[in-house]
Amino acid sequence: MVTEQSAIDFNQKVLVVDDVTAMWKIIRNVLKEIGSNHICEADNGAAALSLLRSEKIGLVLTDWNIPPMTGLELLQRIRREPASKDIPVSKVTTKGQKENILDAIKAGADNFVVKPLTAETIREKIEQIFRTRK
Amino acid sequence: MNVEFVNPFLSATLRVLETMASVEARPGKPFLKKEGGAQGDVSGIIGITGPTNGSMSLSFSRKCILKIVAGMLGEEMAEITDDIKDAVGELTNMISGDARNELGQKGYQFQIALPTVITGLNHEIRHKCNAPTIAIPFDTDAGPFVVEVSFEN
Repeated sequence: MVTEQSAIDFNQKVLVVDDVTAMWKIIRNVLKEIGSNHICEADNGAAALSLLRSEKIGLVLTDWNIPPMTGLELLQRIRREPASKDIPVSKVTTKGQKENILDAIKAGADNFVVKPLTAETIREKIEQIFRTRK
Repeated sequence: MNVEFVNPFLSATLRVLETMASVEARPGKPFLKKEGGAQGDVSGIIGITGPTNGSMSLSFSRKCILKIVAGMLGEEMAEITDDIKDAVGELTNMISGDARNELGQKGYQFQIALPTVITGLNHEIRHKCNAPTIAIPFDTDAGPFVVEVSFEN
């Protein structure tokens, strides 16, 4: 049997942005389950942008509600800043309706993870990002 | 209240708890709730607007939520901490979001607000409208919880 090799680069650091710190633990567990151990977290957009400037981040997983900034605004800021404009971003949200998906894609999201999330869903979405960008 | 609006919350509850916490919940017989008192020790409530306005709440017994959050976070939980409250808010958000997505597929476009978490003995759940409240009791191996849905007619 031929197994397709994963396109995910597990050495890349993943930035998780969520204002609910319990979600950090959930996403951290899920990422570890799929083999990703380089993880950092931010609880708002400003903190996320600061980490994106100071650390080498390979992927951003961001929630939609990260007050005071929205996830959409964060995405727009990431795409405007030279240091982060090419970093892949996946939106992690409960808002799985078409208009929400379109808003995120228009703003430059690579894809979308709708909660409740599983390790398998996260793996598929990250795999999709790295394959598309190869 | 349109009963079509209630079932998506029931199926979303089962789906979210199974996916996020590996907890099997067994729904009981829905009933009309007469008083505002919560059925559990910690509750989450969220406002919903759209073709009609209302709210949904979840109310967990202490033992039940400790088990559910332990399943979500992958660590043992012994008391109601900030992590537990965060997780109840997130469960409220996820269940209402999942139900909203199902309602959207049926042609009903709803928006959801941000959840509020309430704890403490004999706390009250105040739904966002004065319509009757449908309560759906659930049982799990770790104890009971209740989902309430209330929408204007």
